[in-house]
This record gives sequence, structure tokens and C-alpha cells, in this order.
Amino acid sequence: MAVMNVNPTRMQMTKLKKQLQIARRGHKMLKDKRDELMRQFIELVKENKKLREKVEAQLEECNNHFINASAVMNKKALESSLMSSKHQTGVEVDGKNIMSVDVPLFSQVHGSDDGGEIFPYGFAFTSFELDDAVTELNNVLPDLIKLAEIEKSCELMAAEIERTRRRVNSLEHVMIPRYEETIKYIAMKLEENDRSSRTRLMKVKDMLLEKAHGYSEKYN
Amino acid sequence: MVKNIAVIGDSESIKGFGAVGIDMFICDEPLESGGLFKRIAETEDYAIIYMTEELFELSARERNKFADRAIPAVIPIPSAQGNRGTGQKRLSKFVEQAVGSDILFGN
Repeated sequence: MAVMNVNPTRMQMTKLKKQLQIARRGHKMLKDKRDELMRQFIELVKENKKLREKVEAQLEECNNHFINASAVMNKKALESSLMSSKHQTGVEVDGKNIMSVDVPLFSQVHGSDDGGEIFPYGFAFTSFELDDAVTELNNVLPDLIKLAEIEKSCELMAAEIERTRRRVNSLEHVMIPRYEETIKYIAMKLEENDRSSRTRLMKVKDMLLEKAHGYSEKYN
Repeated sequence: MVKNIAVIGDSESIKGFGAVGIDMFICDEPLESGGLFKRIAETEDYAIIYMTEELFELSARERNKFADRAIPAVIPIPSAQGNRGTGQKRLSKFVEQAVGSDILFGN
């Protein structure tokens, strides 16, 4: 691991030690965030799978009804019966924050809430299969909206987990070791300086004693 | 904030959605789906955009621009031609992205 390009001074070392401490704290926090996100994500994605299977089965059922309907009605009549809608289906969009990830919450709203009346056509010239198809589709709708909410949440959380994981890894395997190495390097350099100045002092003292009194301390 | 729901797909697959109050955008030319999606997403009138799986796969580039926003949620649905498994694969991809490997639905 590369040592950072810094001056080996005490001040620099104190600074690096502080940074190391912050990096360690950040690492711990990000790790906690990752673990919690992961726990919630796994729960959500399991639910997502179940819901998707259900919705897909229902939509297939729906399509079968439409196929049956189109078998007994001509194409133009079928399409024109479905063309207009009694009401506009919308969703009330709200937000929720899961561990710093903003996920949407959808709740279904009808433009005009007219209870059971969902068929946009008169019953006179349409097949009962078409009624089944539309009823079925109307029944799937809440699940379909729920699916959108959960799946979008999963998508956003997966991206956030990936980002957090990268950060944790870069702190754990790059930043923190680099700080540690650099601090060690500075400490060793300082010790080395210390030793060299000590020996120099001893040497100088010897020389001075020799000069003044004609003996050297090392023989005592 | 109330927003609408849109569905993009071939006329065969999505014809019923109009009857339940969802805005239909018929796209019988698969290659045009990307542009159509972009136009719809940019209006910001729609909170949810359902797409049939074929078109969902073809418009990946356009979808990616909206992937990190909370809305619109773009959700693949099976078309009249049958289920291609795009939705399930997408879930596996999420797990893979988050965990590193698909530990839940692995196959």
C-alpha cells in the first residue's frame, strides 16, 4: 500500500490521526447503514417477487378474457367500447425515507368515484367476456399500483446499497490502510531522526570532553 | 400531488387499460418505444409508466436516465404474446446489484 506523499512531521501525524479516526467512524456508520438497508431490501424484494407472480398471473387471466371477447366481437366494436373511460385513474404520490433513500408511495385515486360502475360501454352490443376482462383488470389495478411502488423502491434501494457498499469497501481497503501506513511511516521517521540526533549529541559531547580535559566519557 | 398512470405497449396487449382509466400510449412499432417513453416521462404527468416487456427491453437507454428518480416508476408487464420473464429477471438483477450475487432467486 502506497504511503501518502506528506512531510514526516509531528503536526502532520496528528492531523492524519484525526483523519483516521474520522474515517473509522464513517466506515462504521456506513457499514451499519449498508446492513440495515440490506435487511429491508431483502424483505421488500421477497414481497416484490410474490406480488409480481400474482400480478402476472392475473394479467394473463385478463388477456385470456380479452382474447375470448375478441373471438365473439369484431375488432372495431371491441376497441371502440374500450376507447373511452368512465373515470381517470390517478395516484396520490407521497414519499418515504428509508435510510436516506427517498422511495415513492402510491395510493390509488379515482377522478370520479362512482362506486361499482366501471364499464365504459353499454351492455347491449358487447359480450359478457368483455365484462369479465374489464372487471378482472379493475381488480388487478390496486395490486399493479402496489407493485409499481415496491418495485421502484427495490430499484432505488439496490442502487443505494451498491453505492454504500463501494464506499464501505473503499474506506476499509484503501483509505484506512493508507492512513495507517502513513502514520506508521511518520512515526518511524521521527524515531529515526530522534536516534540520529541523540548519537550526534553523544558524539559531540565526547569530542568536547576530549578537548577540554583530555579524556573521553566512554572510558568511565 | 396526484399524478396519472400511463401504459405503453402494442394495441393488442394494452387495449383494456383505457377502460380502467389508465392513459394508453399505443406503440405498434417497437423501435419507436424509446422516443415515446422519453416524451411521456418528460411531461412529468405520470407517476407510473407500465410497459410491455418487449418495449421495456428495447428502451433501456431512455429508461436509465430516469432510474434514480422516485417517479416515474417504470414497470414491465407481460404482453398478450406471453410472459418473457423480464420482470423476474429484473428482480434478480436488483438482488445481484445489492448483494453481489443472486442469493434469493438464484437459478
